Amino acid sequence: MIKVVDLHKSFAGHMVLKGINLELETGKITTIIGGSGSGKTVLLKHLNALLLPDRGGVLVDGKDIIKLGERDLNEVRQKFGVLFQGAALLDSMTLYDNVAFPLREKTKMSESEIQKRVEERLAQVGLASMGYKYPAEVSGGMKKRAGLARALAMEPEIVLFDEPTTGLDPLLGKSIHHLIGKMHATFGFTGVIVSHDIPEVFKISDRVAMLANGTIVEVGSTEEFVESNNPVVRQFLQKDIEGPLSVL
Amino acid sequence: MISLLGLIGRWTLEQLAGMGRMVRFLFSAFAWTFRPPPRFRLIVYHIKSIGVESLSVVLLSGVFTGMVMGLQGYYSLRKFNAESFLGSAVALGLLRELGPVLSAFMVTGRTGSAIAAEIGSMKVTEQIDALYSMAINPIQYLVSPRIIAGLISMPLLTAVFDVVGIYGAYLVGVGLLGVSSGSYFAGMESSVVFHDVWSGLLKSVSFGLIITWISCYKGFYAPPMATGVGQATTESVVLCFILILVWDYFMTSVML
Repeated sequence: MIKVVDLHKSFAGHMVLKGINLELETGKITTIIGGSGSGKTVLLKHLNALLLPDRGGVLVDGKDIIKLGERDLNEVRQKFGVLFQGAALLDSMTLYDNVAFPLREKTKMSESEIQKRVEERLAQVGLASMGYKYPAEVSGGMKKRAGLARALAMEPEIVLFDEPTTGLDPLLGKSIHHLIGKMHATFGFTGVIVSHDIPEVFKISDRVAMLANGTIVEVGSTEEFVESNNPVVRQFLQKDIEGPLSVL
Repeated sequence: MISLLGLIGRWTLEQLAGMGRMVRFLFSAFAWTFRPPPRFRLIVYHIKSIGVESLSVVLLSGVFTGMVMGLQGYYSLRKFNAESFLGSAVALGLLRELGPVLSAFMVTGRTGSAIAAEIGSMKVTEQIDALYSMAINPIQYLVSPRIIAGLISMPLLTAVFDVVGIYGAYLVGVGLLGVSSGSYFAGMESSVVFHDVWSGLLKSVSFGLIITWISCYKGFYAPPMATGVGQATTESVVLCFILILVWDYFMTSVML
């Protein structure tokens, strides 16, 4: 269970998060939606302490990770896998080596065990024969899939997805959602997806939270969320320019 | 007037904070060097990229620097009928000053800029965040091995620069202008002492530190935007050149 408590964050005097309170249930996929620049990625980066808040905390299995020292924090971080917006593959390594990287660095697995795990993950994301390629040699969709393979290499308990379909065509976006759903069914991780790809992302989400004006304005099961009468949620779901959310 | 003073005060505080961050970055890089896991393979890889791959540019600049010194030295010394001192003038100039400083400039231009650009682009494309998220400290993985490689590579490159520079001057002085080969090397042997050699090499070690430290730091704190990488690269090269010259003055004044 991840619990976000009264999280505040500002950049250069501009308050982005104004007291976020959110519970992310174990084994479920929670999607955080919101407009561009609403602070979704900022919130996501607090979940494994890539960013530190001005005030508030993030509890992972009851431990406030914001207060942890480097060694303890690294232990907690090993529970996480992250798929970054641009995949963030290390561009000096092949896709194979990227997926093998956390295993080589953080486990005592033999090279043959690593090979087995990496080939399995690459096959699961449909890149079985592409391991020898460098990130610069593959398409955006392939990078995302390789990033997903790397995020799942350590069999993490929690996986964070930062706008996994941004920059992809609708068909490819759908295939990435399908892949996330399939991987979730296989591994049973707790997933947190940051996205504005609605309503497609709802198909793989158990719960949805909406971030607007620095706060969580609505949270609930996907069904509850879609039926919500909150005017901010309705405006976002119906893609209305007019409404309580200022668009421009 | 008060607002002007405020601006100056704010700028001064920002500069001091920046310097403090740079020094803390260096201490952190040294501290991570001694923490497990050891990064021997990465150190060897960076010795190759900083040292071996800079060899051609150092060889070329070394030989032409020596040739210019041979030419200039010969015509200056001829005014005093002291052409026989060409060997010692060239050797002392190269070993004490030009070897360490010019080879450091070459490595800054070739490798320092590449380090800043590489780490800067890793920052901008979230690769550094990816390392943190995999519980791998990026300072230990990206910075410490480069600094150690710089400390090892720079004196070796300087030694190469010195040797080819001396032979470049020999080529011009002895081969073209007719200075006797015996007096060229005899003058060198009688005037150069061990202190000249190691003071130059000590300088080059400190320049290796400056180049890798500044380049890594500038890349690591590159502004997170498309122009940020270019800005970090330019700033790292300019700052390296300035620090090399300033530090050279201090080291020379202490070691003379």
